[in-house]
Amino acid sequence: MSQLLPPEFFTATVPLNAYLILSAILFAIGAFGFMFRKNIITIYMCIELMLNAVNLSFVTFSYQFGKVDGQIYSFFVMVVAAAEAAVGLAIILTIFRNRGTLQIDEIDTLKN
Amino acid sequence: MDVILFTFFALVAIVGAVNLVLQKHPISSALSLVAVMVALSVLFLLLGAEFIAAAQLVVYAGAIMVLFVFVIMLLNAGAERESRKGGFAQFLGLPLTAILLVFASYVITQSMSNAKAVKFGAFSGGGPREVGWELFTRYLLPFEVTSILILIAIAGAVVLARKEID
Amino acid sequence: MDFILLSILKTAIAAPVLLGTLAYLVWIERKVLAHVQLRMGPSRVGPHGLLQPIADAIKLLTKEDFIPSYVNHVYYWLAPWLALMFAVTAMSVIPIGPIVEIFGVKTNMGQADISIGLLLILGLTGMGVYGIALAGWSSNNKYSLLGGLRSSAQMISYELPMAIAIASPLLIVNSLNLREIVNGQAGYVFGIIPNWNAVGGLQIFSFIIYLICAFAETNRIPFDLPEAENELVSGYNTEYSSMKFAAFFMAEYANIITACSVATTLFLGGWHPIIPNELGGQFIPTLICFFFAGVLFYHALNPARPSDRLSMGVIGAIILGIGLMFQVPVVKDLAQPLFWFASKVGFLIFLFIWVRGTVPRFRYDQLMRFAWLVLFPAALVNLLLTAFVVAAKSN
Repeated sequence: MSQLLPPEFFTATVPLNAYLILSAILFAIGAFGFMFRKNIITIYMCIELMLNAVNLSFVTFSYQFGKVDGQIYSFFVMVVAAAEAAVGLAIILTIFRNRGTLQIDEIDTLKN
Repeated sequence: MDVILFTFFALVAIVGAVNLVLQKHPISSALSLVAVMVALSVLFLLLGAEFIAAAQLVVYAGAIMVLFVFVIMLLNAGAERESRKGGFAQFLGLPLTAILLVFASYVITQSMSNAKAVKFGAFSGGGPREVGWELFTRYLLPFEVTSILILIAIAGAVVLARKEID
Repeated sequence: MDFILLSILKTAIAAPVLLGTLAYLVWIERKVLAHVQLRMGPSRVGPHGLLQPIADAIKLLTKEDFIPSYVNHVYYWLAPWLALMFAVTAMSVIPIGPIVEIFGVKTNMGQADISIGLLLILGLTGMGVYGIALAGWSSNNKYSLLGGLRSSAQMISYELPMAIAIASPLLIVNSLNLREIVNGQAGYVFGIIPNWNAVGGLQIFSFIIYLICAFAETNRIPFDLPEAENELVSGYNTEYSSMKFAAFFMAEYANIITACSVATTLFLGGWHPIIPNELGGQFIPTLICFFFAGVLFYHALNPARPSDRLSMGVIGAIILGIGLMFQVPVVKDLAQPLFWFASKVGFLIFLFIWVRGTVPRFRYDQLMRFAWLVLFPAALVNLLLTAFVVAAKSN
């Protein structure tokens, strides 16, 4: 069956820049969502999207230089994102309990 | 084959990201983000980073996003309402994002003109053994510091989310 | 390209076998549970109720697929298939036999041989939480939401001691590849005692902790409060009927098979025989089959009911044939590892069903307290002690 497909099917490769541009696209979409959404949790998820885009670019650079260091940085980004998600969601829970809303437009004074 | 896999999962990631930003209800955004993370996990596999791909599935898609989904279900806050418009700035958003993107792509392609082509299986240094070795020799201090960070995060989350007993 | 064709062929063989096993697992559960409770299980549909799963499948497929109007349609439809997909995908990385050569093609008996197989299983069982959480939430119903949230919280709480209990034999084996983990348990100590991870040493505690966490991950008694019929009106699958309910059902049994297969691979030595092949281990499958065939022939000759004469006789003859097949030289290398793997997984599944019939269920706060205050420290201490032993042995 291997003869039915052109040889480029097996040897075609993806240029590295494609991965970096994908990472830039995801980061830009995340930044856009971060600035224009009104729900706190959605904003938080856009931050996570930006962190993921940066992870992709770290791993891509690890491939480019042939070392594993980029993947280690990506691992630390994941760990920090986990810790940040836990504390951030606890803060969001507290805000919801105190203000009763999740729209950031309505949480704009320090006093109740 | 590489090209097909990359194109498919890159499209899944982009569609998921756009869906995340455009959906009104946070739970749809959360599930789109899970789809983005799974697609990214496959892209990490294509780049030879096996351990990070598995860690992305276990940690990000399997724990952090579950936490998000939990909080959204617990709070049950409902879909986002229309709020005061941003004035003139709301028309600047999309064009400025597009400009950011074009600028970033230009800088990338100019500075990485000697980039390698990505072939599945070309980088074999991403297995758990190599990652673990580096993590416990060169990066031992950051590793221990992150364990303290996680401890602080646990303590903080428990204290913050506790119900006040008056 | 050959790899893709081979994978498709293996999937085409493995998928019907897995689905058939799921269906007959329901029969086995009902019969074993019934005999534990001193009654007979299904015995009317076909000889000894053997056609009961088929009757159940027809019933579930032809029931009215009632979708309430207040559910969130997209997630209501998506949730059962997510649960089933993650449960069944996790089975694909588990090796059920050694590397064999069939018709000149060298392949491993298992769908995929990945160097991070164990992490992938952890990840896929972690993603299985989404199916249940979404089912509870999309049903727009207090009981379902509570059941779904409780079940998700239970699953993620027990994932932690499970991962740590899995990490303890990994310290000994030094690989995440499931095939290498099984091959590391290949030898025999003193010539007769198998070198399995659960035999001898601290790993018996890891095995027990893993089994308890597997009970909780698969929502089985004693941890099945989220789906108990008399507590939460059947929990997260209250609003589901027909095919989607069947999908949840199948997902639960697939999770059980996956958890037992992982326990077998990590702790019970995978496909290695219990007595070395040289000392007669290769005859054990045949002897066991002859024993069962003998029992069935005895019951065929002294039947308890008239139809037994035929049914017991036929099944006895089939099992006799299978026993003889284990000795045929060409098939032996394929069939015997499969027999050992299947019998170990079968024993663990029997344990699951036995516990279901015997043990009362935990209350939800007792369940969570048990996970965080008992199992998690126990797993950590076990990991620490294993690390000490490994470090001391390597000096």
